[in-house]
Amino acid sequence: MKIKRKTQLDSDIPTASMPDIIFMLLIFFMVTTVLREYSGLPISLPKAKRIEKLKSKRHTSHIWVSKDGLISIEDKLYASDGIRHVMYEKRVTDPQLVISLKADERAKMGLISDIHTELRKADALKLNYSSKTAID
Amino acid sequence: MSKGKRRFRGGDIPTSSMADIAFLLLIFFLVTTTIDMDKGLGMVLPAEGEEIEINKKNILNCLINSSGSVLIGGEGVEVRNLSKTVRQKLAENDKLVISVKAHKAATYRDYVAVIDQLKRANATRISIAESN
Repeated sequence: MKIKRKTQLDSDIPTASMPDIIFMLLIFFMVTTVLREYSGLPISLPKAKRIEKLKSKRHTSHIWVSKDGLISIEDKLYASDGIRHVMYEKRVTDPQLVISLKADERAKMGLISDIHTELRKADALKLNYSSKTAID
Repeated sequence: MSKGKRRFRGGDIPTSSMADIAFLLLIFFLVTTTIDMDKGLGMVLPAEGEEIEINKKNILNCLINSSGSVLIGGEGVEVRNLSKTVRQKLAENDKLVISVKAHKAATYRDYVAVIDQLKRANATRISIAESN
């Protein structure tokens, strides 16, 4: 006697919700992409070997220092004693703030030292000397 | 002469290619997103007014002059040999704090090179003295 299968199973993968899934992914990437970039100052970064990656772009704030001693934060120029206020405001809104110092390799240490002092006064203590990977 | 009424073929919008269109958009955003993260030497500055007294014999002074020469513990040393020297000193005394002091006119490049060498020697206690 032949046994008849009672129910016919539908073996198709449902593709109707496929665009929804992909749109979700698309929206996720669109939202997480940070498009707000500052142009900064033209600099050539120093090279180093023991470098580490900055964990999050959202908790990073950049300070550009050119070889002529110009200091730029978010495309605004500051004198070295003006950094304190800007960075303090940022530190208050984001306690996880990491400062990425994008200084030209020809910048003078006197200025960098002033920035150190200012950052200490602003309580923005996590600093990262932005540098390129050295090959030797 | 009339052509005659066309047969009604159904008014559905084709949705089968929707996934392809969405995929294309997704791939476009994936490609144009730059995930190149910032890289650099990490450093934690001491808080304002947080000065700790350190025993003199646990301090290793590292001085950088305006021409980029490095003096460590009173001896001149080539920057590229610095990590070796520091590693030896750390092996002798693991409580060693390295105090980096750069001349005002020293370049940032030399300073970063020194910090990099110290990091290569696995020196964790690095102190930055004020330039003068």
